[in-house]
Amino acid sequence: MTSGFLRNGRVRAGGVVLAIFVLVGALRDLLLKWYGVDPFSVDYDNLHASPGTNGHWLGTTISGQDVFAQLIAGARGSITVGLLSGVLATVLAVLIGVTSGFLGGPVDHALNSATNVVLTLPSFAMTLIVAGYLGSAGGAEEPAIGLVVMAILIGIFEWPSGARYLRSQTMSLRSRDFTMATKMTGESTARLIVVEVLPHLTGIISAMFLRAVVAGIFAEASLNFLGVATQGTISWGTMIANAQTQGALTYGWWWWFLAPGLCIALIGTATALINFGLDEVTNPRLRTANRAVVRAHARKARELQAAGDAA
Amino acid sequence: MTQATAPPAGAAIDPAAVPRRFRGAGRPNYFLRRAGFYLITTLIAITLNFAIPRFMPGDPAGALIRQIQITTGAPPSGAEMAAIRRFYGDPTSNLIGDYLDYWKALAHFDFGVSVAHYPVPVADMVLQALPWTLVLIGSTTFLAWIVGTLAGAYLGWRPGNVLDSVALPLSTFASSLPMFWFGLVVLWVFGMQLGWFPISGAYDPDVPFQINNIWFLLSVVRYGVLPAAVLVLLGLNGWLFSMRNVMVSTVTEDYVLLARAKGLSAPRVLLGYAARNALLPNVTGLAMAIGGVIGGAILVETVFTYPGMGLLLQQAITGHDFPVMQTVLLMLTLIMIVANLVADLTYGLLDPRTREVR
Repeated sequence: MTSGFLRNGRVRAGGVVLAIFVLVGALRDLLLKWYGVDPFSVDYDNLHASPGTNGHWLGTTISGQDVFAQLIAGARGSITVGLLSGVLATVLAVLIGVTSGFLGGPVDHALNSATNVVLTLPSFAMTLIVAGYLGSAGGAEEPAIGLVVMAILIGIFEWPSGARYLRSQTMSLRSRDFTMATKMTGESTARLIVVEVLPHLTGIISAMFLRAVVAGIFAEASLNFLGVATQGTISWGTMIANAQTQGALTYGWWWWFLAPGLCIALIGTATALINFGLDEVTNPRLRTANRAVVRAHARKARELQAAGDAA
Repeated sequence: MTQATAPPAGAAIDPAAVPRRFRGAGRPNYFLRRAGFYLITTLIAITLNFAIPRFMPGDPAGALIRQIQITTGAPPSGAEMAAIRRFYGDPTSNLIGDYLDYWKALAHFDFGVSVAHYPVPVADMVLQALPWTLVLIGSTTFLAWIVGTLAGAYLGWRPGNVLDSVALPLSTFASSLPMFWFGLVVLWVFGMQLGWFPISGAYDPDVPFQINNIWFLLSVVRYGVLPAAVLVLLGLNGWLFSMRNVMVSTVTEDYVLLARAKGLSAPRVLLGYAARNALLPNVTGLAMAIGGVIGGAILVETVFTYPGMGLLLQQAITGHDFPVMQTVLLMLTLIMIVANLVADLTYGLLDPRTREVR
């Protein structure tokens, strides 16, 4: 099954793009050293310079900071929040969804009701409000702590849809023969879940994790844009927010906000490609080969109709 | 989360799990059970709204009172002090008494006073912002859903053809654009560079504010085009994907073959036979997507300085105006609950299986 995923063109293309971004985040310091410009240093001779001016590949901000250097530095902030919130959301979704689906009964009823209630609350507005309170309480003076707090906040509201889906999948796995057979041998419930259920869900869980990571990156950028995020760090969201509040739109300094948004969009597209690939591998009906089936179907309809007309 | 105006593909297509849950001897019917669920959710949401400021680190109420003193030069009056404590917690009073007082205040539509615009009642500010958001969210959600579903049905009808192979990647990319960023780009291109549309506000301030004035209404449309376009363009992609993917499986079913063999016209087979059955996941998805729509509206209203609930919320948060924050959150939650209820009821009407009580 794994080799099927890796042979899929979309999965490969998306994977390469994602890998590049993760590498940029990981090798930030090396890349910045090679580029030779510090993301925070101010070039007084080149304020809001357009791309290509005096070695500033993507131009500079209003205060003369290099946009390309900030883009590299921002990758780590954005990806870190995305990964952390993605891990948290996925762990919560698996714990709640699988437990609920496997145990059934009152536990399932309680967990499922809770999931549905959280799904019915406006998660983004809630995240925003809590972030607003935390910011006002002064709990985000240390940038690194601020990033973690933000990731936790985002992850906490991200799990319900995943949990709901895993629950329904687990319910069907629970009644399959192989699970029943293992149950006969007297295995503990926990072991049953780990050995019989989870391995069948790895594809779904990994797709879910990818989606959650991207959702986290989006949420972090959005929160930053609305002005509730942490101070003192660079992320793509803060770059766009700064560009907007400091007049990049009014004066047409497009280079300041165009690139960070495109980076986020690229990560989103790459992830969507991987997820499509996973869908295609697990659900053969979606494969492009289906084209032939649909054509044959139309041809058969025409033949049947012609036969009917002749009769 | 913010981007997802449509549900994740996997979660939306889950028709098998829905009907089974609703079967069961002696249980009240589908509509009553859903109404009960939303009633309980509303109680939880209102309670959460009461609890959030009380469980935050620090003393939001104390910070508020200090802030009022700074802005106005004098501490708030005794009555207002009591109101602030009622909404945001008083460490010295008991929680249950506070909770009852809080409900009493809500029953009288008393949401306290704004701090940033002291002493304007929060209820007034929210009432001014609410219609703009309702119209913006209502129209764009509906439009995005219709366009996305129809386009998805058409693409799934002939999977793999030229249009399908152009539209899918384009749509994938569009659905990956951060909404606020796309809003900025649209604002910059069509508002600032080309100057075709106004860059902020919701109506022309030079036209008298009258609902029955045609020029006023036209200005509302003109001011709403850009924010609405952003919400629709990015919102329709999720519907397009889910509809297309279900259609791809539906078009090769036998009943579609029969309809075609009978010589029915292509649009009739497409809409009346294939799409009709592929539609259900998109209806359940609608309920799940409302949260994303609200998140999107907050961002888009902020980008376009559109005077709705989202902008009010953003300004309240950056200005630490807790009373406004809490009330907007409560209203957004209620909007979402009502929207979910409507989507659920629609689903119940479309799919008789959900109403089945055996």
